[in-house]
Amino acid sequence: MQAFNRLDGLVVPLDRANVDTDAIIPKQFLKSIKRTGFGPHLFDEWRYLDHGEPGMDCARRPPNPEFNLNQSRYQGASILLARENFGCGSSREHAVWALDEFGIRCVIAPSFADIFFTNSFKSGLLPLRLPVETVDRLFKAVMAQPGYRLTVDLLAQTVLTPQGAVLGFQIDPFRKECLLNGWDDIELTLRHADEIRAYEARRRQQAPWLFS
Amino acid sequence: MAGKTLYDKLWDTHLVRTDSGGTALLYIDRHLVHEVTSPQAFEGLQLTGRRPWRLESMVAMPDHNTPTDPGFTTIADPVSRLQVETLDVNAREHGLRYFPIGDVRRGIVHVVGPEQGATLPGMTVVCGDSHTSTHGAFGALAFGIGTSEVEHVMATQCLIQKKSRAMLVRVDGRTRPGVTAKDIVLAIIGRIGTAGGTGYAIEFGGDAIRALSMEGRMTVCNMAIEAGARAGMIAVDDTTLAYIKDRPFAPQGEEWDRAVTAWRELHSDPNAEFDQVVTLDATTIPPQVTWGTSPEMVAAVGGRIPDPAQEADPVKRDGMERALRYMGLRPNMPITSIKLDRVFIGSCTNGRIEDLRAAAAVIKGRKVAPNIKQALVVPGSGLVKQQAEAEGLDRVFSAAGFEWREPGCSMCLAMNADRLLPGEHCASTSNRNFEGRQGQGGRTHLVSPAMAAAAALAGHFVDARIF
Repeated sequence: MQAFNRLDGLVVPLDRANVDTDAIIPKQFLKSIKRTGFGPHLFDEWRYLDHGEPGMDCARRPPNPEFNLNQSRYQGASILLARENFGCGSSREHAVWALDEFGIRCVIAPSFADIFFTNSFKSGLLPLRLPVETVDRLFKAVMAQPGYRLTVDLLAQTVLTPQGAVLGFQIDPFRKECLLNGWDDIELTLRHADEIRAYEARRRQQAPWLFS
Repeated sequence: MAGKTLYDKLWDTHLVRTDSGGTALLYIDRHLVHEVTSPQAFEGLQLTGRRPWRLESMVAMPDHNTPTDPGFTTIADPVSRLQVETLDVNAREHGLRYFPIGDVRRGIVHVVGPEQGATLPGMTVVCGDSHTSTHGAFGALAFGIGTSEVEHVMATQCLIQKKSRAMLVRVDGRTRPGVTAKDIVLAIIGRIGTAGGTGYAIEFGGDAIRALSMEGRMTVCNMAIEAGARAGMIAVDDTTLAYIKDRPFAPQGEEWDRAVTAWRELHSDPNAEFDQVVTLDATTIPPQVTWGTSPEMVAAVGGRIPDPAQEADPVKRDGMERALRYMGLRPNMPITSIKLDRVFIGSCTNGRIEDLRAAAAVIKGRKVAPNIKQALVVPGSGLVKQQAEAEGLDRVFSAAGFEWREPGCSMCLAMNADRLLPGEHCASTSNRNFEGRQGQGGRTHLVSPAMAAAAALAGHFVDARIF
């Protein structure tokens, strides 16, 4: 997994609540058996005016000029500013892969859906929660000021605004450690293989029907 | 001292270890696998030279991409076909328990798991699919995971987890005749909102839940995720045990008796404390219809589409306005005035035998309205299909003008060829009405099987109880 330390990035706003993973990466792209190739189809139905299918050359498709990700002022953005309940719906990790491949390394929102939140950490994408009033202020600031950037410092747990305001955020210490170091979860868990085997042996005695 | 919730009991019995920060290693008993979220996980195992930790925990089948055309033999879409073939290969190479295309036991993982008895009370059940919450109906801790976690479970039989908070949703009293599990859960989502359960594991209780069949309980738990909760669950009782007994994977003989003794403990203690309690009065719940693009945008069939102008919260108001534009609907329209183009009966929410019986009971001897371009019935599994055919339900549907299809996820998410065209309205027994969910530009209305059946006959929404 790629590590996440400090990110100074251009911010792109997505001003709607309950953005679901079907919208982030529509189902037709889930037919892929690979982990890559999703970036050009991020928000496919909002981003293009035609219907997208796997294998299309997205450079030749008509972009939706209304959609923020297509506007010149937001090109190269690596921080997505979003509203409540971002990433709700389907468990598809392809949503995280699409954001990551597009170049988004951090999503800031008042709240995230649980599965998306968990999935994000697996690809080194930081889902960053800030209070709803703070997010509201950030939306106003981003829209008012072209080239608006934020600096996210995971170690310090701060977001620095261009005006010099320092916004603190909370993160689970274990997840923070994994993200800072880019640790592989499976590797970490397998360090406890003996404990897993001991648990299994005990459970087989207590509840053998669970092992059918 | 406070007693334990059902969630506490399930959590505690699966703890392998906990570190000082509360991060736990949770043991997983059952891992259901399908073609969409597993290929990258199998590839991950291969790249790191790892093997599945406990093969017997896994049960695999293709469901999302599979065609539903009667008697199909191949998948026309080469991309879909490759994904299904990849699961075939992975199943063969690892020696998985596998229900491939052509096996009568194949179907939607969340229908097949319980049907086979592969889902048992007291288990932890995971799958790379958010509707894994379905299995909580059996007094199990069941939740959806992403592909990295799929690989993690394959490699270690565990997941790194933090305990959620516990919510009790108690539905008191008895529902009125003709009001179903789907109406109950849509009413719950309408009440607490699509993010109301975020961070929680929800236990559903109360008389109205106790009165439900296992099929109904699965419908309720299935949609816990639409309220934001990864896991939904219901305590074990006689209804649970009667459903499981003699299923292929269920324990037999003396082991069954031992299991039942253990399963009888799978309920919240009377003095258990929940972080949040929500109560609903079942007697006041009418049949429900969603009008927007989030499952929380739901109204009574006799009601009207709400007016965003009445909503004080600007973010919510904007969401409602956007939803009405997408759906091509206006504020204050009666729900019954929504005209339909297609009807879909099926999915892991409502593709079980009881659902098909409820729909057939409404349809029997009548015809689909002329303005309905297509009405599909997609059984949740091959065995559901077989049972329905033995009861003659297929003939009821066909005589009315419905298409009787092969099992799979089908138009719930439209990964296969079954989908809506832009602008079409669909009465659907599935679980999500998101933009584009059933096909780009498609407009989904979530309802119960009886309501979908009645809507197919009328050509617009009607109260199935008086139709």
